[in-house]
Amino acid sequence: MQLTDSDKAMLDGEEGPAVAAAMDLLVRYGRALDAERLCDVRNVAGTMTQPSPVKARLVREGGWDKAYSVINLDCDDALEIPDMRVPTCQLQQSFGPDSVGIAPYPKELIELQSDAESFYGRKGVNILATCTPYQVGNIPVRGEHVAWMESSAVVYANSVLGARTNCEGGASTGSASLTGRIPCWGNHHPENRYGTHLIEARTPVEGPLDWGMLGYFAGGLVQEERPVVTGELKQPDLLDLKHFGAAAASSGGVEIYHLPGVTPEAPTTEAAFGGAAVPEAVPYGERERRSVYEDLNSQGDCTDVDFVLLGCPHASLDQVRDTAQLLDGKRLHSGTQLWLMVPRALRTTADRNGWTEIIERAGGRVLTDSCPAMSRSAPPGTKVFATDSAKQAHYLPAILGIEAWFGTLEDCVSAAVTGRWKGDLR
Amino acid sequence: MSLRHDPHAFTPAPAPEAQAHETQAHETHAFAPPGELPAAPLELRGRTVVPGTAEGEALVSQETISGWGGIDPARGVIIERRHPLYEQSFAGKVLVFPGAKGSSGWAGFFQSTRLLGTAPLAMIFVTVTTKAALGAVVTRVPSVTGLDRDPLTVIRTGDRVHVDADRGVISVYPAHPQ
Repeated sequence: MQLTDSDKAMLDGEEGPAVAAAMDLLVRYGRALDAERLCDVRNVAGTMTQPSPVKARLVREGGWDKAYSVINLDCDDALEIPDMRVPTCQLQQSFGPDSVGIAPYPKELIELQSDAESFYGRKGVNILATCTPYQVGNIPVRGEHVAWMESSAVVYANSVLGARTNCEGGASTGSASLTGRIPCWGNHHPENRYGTHLIEARTPVEGPLDWGMLGYFAGGLVQEERPVVTGELKQPDLLDLKHFGAAAASSGGVEIYHLPGVTPEAPTTEAAFGGAAVPEAVPYGERERRSVYEDLNSQGDCTDVDFVLLGCPHASLDQVRDTAQLLDGKRLHSGTQLWLMVPRALRTTADRNGWTEIIERAGGRVLTDSCPAMSRSAPPGTKVFATDSAKQAHYLPAILGIEAWFGTLEDCVSAAVTGRWKGDLR
Repeated sequence: MSLRHDPHAFTPAPAPEAQAHETQAHETHAFAPPGELPAAPLELRGRTVVPGTAEGEALVSQETISGWGGIDPARGVIIERRHPLYEQSFAGKVLVFPGAKGSSGWAGFFQSTRLLGTAPLAMIFVTVTTKAALGAVVTRVPSVTGLDRDPLTVIRTGDRVHVDADRGVISVYPAHPQ
């Protein structure tokens, strides 16, 4: 791998041991990828603050410097961590102080995370604390090289915004933050961004449920490759594509897709394939749609729902408003809880709009920073949960050992109010 | 810094089970029928992802693996319910798999297996993604990809596999020769 003089200087320790360790990780990682070189990045989205058993031990041993060294630089020594060299944000983390009395989540871990926020905040990490940084002001521009993790954010950045990032991890983002460099590989090269598969929707796709199911289908079909989707697609919005991408990155490893006429790198279907032959379309019809729905609903037997989870990826203000309107004047079933996960910056707006009050009056909760899957925490005794997120339906049963139902926001709110799952594909 | 220049410094102490296998395999080729010379291994050639050498028992996954939500680093097992290897342990095994899927927590979860002592002994994978490459790097186990034959069909669970990631050579000693 070719290193610039500046890369070599960092590797040789001219900017201190933490930067040297960061460059060492990037070199090992670049070689593992067979990358030719590194490229500049000035926008990093990573994870540092959220507690884990390993991290708690490292902090006890050597403070946050050691935790960052071991986890975010993959280095064995406890090095003093300098300020972030380039703008960096914290993605979703674990439950914070607003979850006390609601989520069964250990108080000492909340305190540990608050301590981490203070440490990393001072180092220049913006504590956005959301899986959707693109909803709260971190919006890279088309063509910009960035280093993001969080699969649902990566696929959004590449596909909807036209920024260039691979699906990075804790160590590569931690090292990018201190060097402003990342391996120039994969999605950083235009030739690797063209479509590989064509999917044609032959059933109307409208709203987050259907966009989520189409995404789940696309990810299952293409795995790590790059779907181009055409057909009966109603003009999507941020919410639809948030759910489409998150689902495609759950059933598969999709990091970029194209919607001709909608997403920026695909003015046409031909352009989406970069001038190569357009492959034969794989149909997504009513049969495939039903199959995805049944797959996502194959993890539930009991229709008594004791938990409804909304806001995965973190809810948009539209979703908060819709939830509030559906719950207005209603009361949750005595045995059922409802949590709506939002970015903290949007929660402030929801509070001012009065949406939070309506949801809370009905017995629901608006929570920030995290989600039950990230924090491995749901209401005590939860056996069956319902969600409008294909991603959460995909992951949470394995993480918490519970049953899952997947449906529309209306189905989920109805389950929260009646305590029964009555969802069906319409 | 100690962590640079010497790739072998990254190789963690093998899990006790793997260590026993390794010793046994080196000394006696215990997997060959008694009284016979060990069968010549099947060899696959590819490229280095993480340098180092290791030998142990293969665990072959025909399906991609999720890190976050897919494995439990504390126990070193696959926890995705719909995965064919649900509840099977990869700790101390040569993990052979098509690639990584799902959340970007992949590498961090496999890094945790190293820190918690449940890491695989080596990794052999087909599709190079940032998740799998970074995961192998931070797990710090010998890893190879880009093989000249499909490792998912040549290698079977239970086979003894020698991974020479420095040279990119995989030697397979079938548990049940055809």
